[in-house]
Amino acid sequence: MFKLLTRKIPISSILATTFSVLLSFSTSVFAGELLVYSSTDADNLKYYMEEFQKDNPDIKVNVVRESTGTMAAKMMAEKDNPQADFLFEMAATVALNMEAEGMFYEYTPKGMDKIDQRYVDKSAPVTWVGNYGWAGCICWNRIEAENLGLPKPKTWAELANPIYKGHISMPNPASSGTGYLDVSSWIQIMGKEKAWKYMDALHKNVAVYTHSGSKPCKQAGSGEFAIGISWPGRAIKIIKAGAPIDMIIPEEGIGWEMQVVAIMSGTDNLPDAKRLMDWTLGRGMSLFGERQSIIADPSKITKDPDLPDFYDEVQAKLINNNFVWAAANKTRIVGEWKQRYDGKTEPKK
Amino acid sequence: MLASYILFFLLFLVFPLGTLIMKSVQDQKGNFVGLKNYLLYLQEPALFQSFFNSLFIAIASTIIVVLLAFSFAYALTRTCIPFKGFFRVIALIPLLSPSILAAIALVYWFGNKGILKALLFGNSIYGPIGIIFASVYWTFPHALMILSTSLSLSDSRLYEAAEVLKTSRLRAFLTITIPGARYGIISTSFVIFTLVFTDFGVPKVIGGNYNMLATDIYKEVVGMQNFQMGAVISLVLLLPSLIAFFIDQYSRKKQISLLTSRSVVFKPKKSFAVDSLMLSYCAFITLIILLMIGMAQFGALVKYWPYDLSFTLKHYQFEVAGLGWESFYNSIRLAFYTAIFGTVIIFVGSYIVEKLRSDERLRGILQLFTLMPMSVPGLVLGLAYIFYFNAEDNPINFIYATMTILVINTIVHFYTVSHLTGVTALKQMDKEFESVSLSLKIPLYKMFWKVTLPVCLPTIFDISIYLFVNAMTTVSGVIFLYTYNTTLASVSAIHLDEQGDVAAAAAMAMLIVYVSVLVRIIHTVFTKGVLRRTQAWRQNSLTVVEEVRKA
Amino acid sequence: MSEKSIPTFLSVEKLSKNFGSFEAIQDISIEIEEGEFACFLGPSGCGKTTLLRCIAGLEKQSSGSITQKEIEISMLPPSARDFGIVFQSYALFPNLTVFSNISYGLINHKWGKDKITSRVNELLDLVGLKSHMAKYPGQLSGGEQQRVALARALATSPGLLLLDEPLSALDAKVRVYLRKQIKDLHRKLGITTIMVTHDQEEAQSMADRIFVMKDGKIIQSGSPKEIYEKANSSFIADFIGITNFIDAMVLKKNKVACNAFEVNCDTEDLNLGHPVRLAIRPESIKINHTVSDVENCVGAVIMENEFLGPFLRIYVESTSLSNELLMIDVASNSFTEMDLTPGTQIHIALPPDQIRVYLRD
Repeated sequence: MFKLLTRKIPISSILATTFSVLLSFSTSVFAGELLVYSSTDADNLKYYMEEFQKDNPDIKVNVVRESTGTMAAKMMAEKDNPQADFLFEMAATVALNMEAEGMFYEYTPKGMDKIDQRYVDKSAPVTWVGNYGWAGCICWNRIEAENLGLPKPKTWAELANPIYKGHISMPNPASSGTGYLDVSSWIQIMGKEKAWKYMDALHKNVAVYTHSGSKPCKQAGSGEFAIGISWPGRAIKIIKAGAPIDMIIPEEGIGWEMQVVAIMSGTDNLPDAKRLMDWTLGRGMSLFGERQSIIADPSKITKDPDLPDFYDEVQAKLINNNFVWAAANKTRIVGEWKQRYDGKTEPKK
Repeated sequence: MLASYILFFLLFLVFPLGTLIMKSVQDQKGNFVGLKNYLLYLQEPALFQSFFNSLFIAIASTIIVVLLAFSFAYALTRTCIPFKGFFRVIALIPLLSPSILAAIALVYWFGNKGILKALLFGNSIYGPIGIIFASVYWTFPHALMILSTSLSLSDSRLYEAAEVLKTSRLRAFLTITIPGARYGIISTSFVIFTLVFTDFGVPKVIGGNYNMLATDIYKEVVGMQNFQMGAVISLVLLLPSLIAFFIDQYSRKKQISLLTSRSVVFKPKKSFAVDSLMLSYCAFITLIILLMIGMAQFGALVKYWPYDLSFTLKHYQFEVAGLGWESFYNSIRLAFYTAIFGTVIIFVGSYIVEKLRSDERLRGILQLFTLMPMSVPGLVLGLAYIFYFNAEDNPINFIYATMTILVINTIVHFYTVSHLTGVTALKQMDKEFESVSLSLKIPLYKMFWKVTLPVCLPTIFDISIYLFVNAMTTVSGVIFLYTYNTTLASVSAIHLDEQGDVAAAAAMAMLIVYVSVLVRIIHTVFTKGVLRRTQAWRQNSLTVVEEVRKA
Repeated sequence: MSEKSIPTFLSVEKLSKNFGSFEAIQDISIEIEEGEFACFLGPSGCGKTTLLRCIAGLEKQSSGSITQKEIEISMLPPSARDFGIVFQSYALFPNLTVFSNISYGLINHKWGKDKITSRVNELLDLVGLKSHMAKYPGQLSGGEQQRVALARALATSPGLLLLDEPLSALDAKVRVYLRKQIKDLHRKLGITTIMVTHDQEEAQSMADRIFVMKDGKIIQSGSPKEIYEKANSSFIADFIGITNFIDAMVLKKNKVACNAFEVNCDTEDLNLGHPVRLAIRPESIKINHTVSDVENCVGAVIMENEFLGPFLRIYVESTSLSNELLMIDVASNSFTEMDLTPGTQIHIALPPDQIRVYLRD
């Protein structure tokens, strides 16, 4: 039967059929569904979205998650015809450029008055809100450090000490949000000139610049390098997984960055997008408090009894970060950084 | 028919790339700025360093791979060593594994906590050594396939003549074997060069601070969302690959077949010294590949490397990370669709190019199009797809963010090699079949079903497995294109690694390997079964190629 | 030759075909009669295959027209024309049995199974391959494969049979055998046939009419005998059969001067003093042991001889005639009486009516 059939089919109709079947895999997103883009941690994202779904069973949430850079690149490339309805968490320094491009929809969520003012969009119209943040920290591998006889640093400045040469990994600010957070915070803490001088010295000690902000802590965790410049959330996770890691909050203060939540302009499901926005500052906030240490409403934090009590320390060390300045000057600062360290970097011995 | 293929390539290759290239002469707001971006780029201190780094890595890897693969292919085709089938299967494994797997295995072996770190004499794996090692690892099967084909086609009469003239084995090797495989070697060199030069997966995961053009694009586009500069670098990256590619095409044209219908297929003779040398060589290479794979598997099974080496299966419960089995099933779907639709599209395409009478100029254009994907990096193609297909005024905008666009992107990305495979098989068929059919007033499509298709069945299976395997492992092209319901295993592996779940990343990568191996086995069994029924005619009339394949 | 009693089957008018700047065939006009066996003969690259492919519609002419049975077919696709074709490479479908190969063209006829089977059997009888029906082409010898190809081409009873170097890939013996078989078939079926070949012997033994081609043009046409005996150029004389060439110069009407000997021959209207080339077939030269008073008799020495079965080919030197050795074929039954061992002095005679005179440039 198959033979009989096929023998009668001209090649052109095979092609036509092939294409029509192929094109039929294109099913579009239906109204009542919410397409959420995110660049937050995958496991946290899954947890939050499942909880939101439980609270709002009538909304079907679809999630795409990518690392900050890839997600931002995708969103900027889609700018003229946005796909997503909602941006759930992306680094402010990246997201604020999208605000400047008019990519966010104007909406003031319920509960704005209850949160820390640093998380609020102060330039009218209000298009975004920060929900939680992360900061810089040092991941310190106790075992490796002991083997190598390295003293435990307490400050950023100590990392410039030549004894650490070849034992530090740090995210590249050109490809990692955490990397830029560190560089921009050092400039804010130390002042422009001193910061660059510091980075000149640090550069001599850095063994590798990674493309991801988590990777240095991960590398510290597996002993690749004794010191990883990373962020607390990652450190906690790695400590919980069993790595011999201590998290160091440098005394000068830590740069921090918040995650931004916003409705995308061009959404075709505005009512549901607004519900997600409101939820973020409502029930969402207590969920964030279970898992995060830096959130828009610090009163909602639930401390994990298994971990050393670092919550207050982190809160206390957060610098007064100027996100708008950091976002606006990113190209310039990263350009300078590349000029100084990237172009001439050779693999470290 | 021909026109519909030209349309296919215009829609899915040329226009998207054009849209991206347009960005290179625009500013961030989309205004035309001429060559300003190029001038800016020329002033970047990193440029020449990156360019020469890329060049160095590509050339060094090419030389190493060609030497290694040539020796391996020589052992498989020209000596009497045992276990040839085993060696061949193992040597193809790198083809089935995503590049992240090689990176993870390398770090575990040679990283600062690596067991074999001492072998690097204080050099770091994060840098040129790691990039070259990983590049050699993943391009080795590509080189092996081309070289063993070109080595297996040889006329034993030439060797008999040499022996009668009392030529030493070494001299025969230098004067017959090497010149005979010359075009294979040239071709392999260009293919490997292009693959390494445009790859960004390996330098991204193991490259450390070592800047290369492909990672520069990544930094501009992903790090800075600077598409304009990304487009500029894409063009710079395209250039050497294109040049290499066209030189290769030119040399291919000059190649004359060394094998005539009167040639006698070479049967290797036993030689204890050569055979044992080559056997140990093959065993050594195979061991390295198995060690890489084995380490990745080990890494996926231990609790926390290197501090807690007790075994666990928990890394396979990807649910923990929220990226899991679903993406694995999606990958299988993508690979399956790509294999099915890609094979139909590509094989019919090669049939049209090779067998149908058509306008020479259009045919030339189509041929050029079929060769282009080879030198376009996946990252560039993926970005180009966003710009082109997500435009609101694009009539086929509806395929954006669907499985369809992933399938098409993957087909286009891997078009060239499959197309050339199809063309090679069709070239071996008598060029007068079509004339005969026309004279008998049988429409060509009937002949296509009745003769062309059955005769080319083994090749068609080869194309489909090639597409399947590549669709399982591809990352660079699809990373911008997948959406919530089309997450992919290869991308998940990268995310898991980025998140610090190296073990889960290794687990996911190994799943990809296992599924590819499984499909390969099914493919082999199925092929054998189908071939037994459809290829009865071959049994008493082995063509040279068949004999070679058997040998 | 014959008056217009036999209708023209195929006529080609002013046909040209260019491949880029290369002119494969130039301005060719020929007519082929119904039932005729025509042959395009010429060295490789002369355009003979291109001409055949244009007639089949497998190539599209650049200009000119082709008419078959008074219908212009120049613009028709091959499938709309009426012909069967056999190629040098056989082009048998390797995955189909002999039976399926032959019945391949019959599928379109919507014939019943029985009718197809009986037609295939008939054709297998015709080419003598009845016992090979279920075999695959790979299991057959070259000659058998070509016979299958022939049967396949004839299956649909086409009006025109095109043979593109059908015998070139075969061994000498098989070639001679198949030559006869094709010829017999042609006689039996009366199908108009055009064959392309570079083998003059093949052309001569098979064709009713030969078209000799060179550089894309037809330079002579006629029956095999006409072509052999009255080659109109030294090229054809050389290409068809074996010929001795002797350089000379026209002395006066019907007299030319060689090295040191004057030869009588038909100089037609060539001018005095014109350099010419005499051509004479080896079998046309007569040999004698003594001087005789026949025309153009000259002394010579036997240098070498070759026994070729039915005849003996001797190579003689006659410096007054030519600087090259001359070949003379002597029938086997006549040379026993003569002493033809090398070194023997003999006399040779060139009959004037056997000598062709060509211009030398």
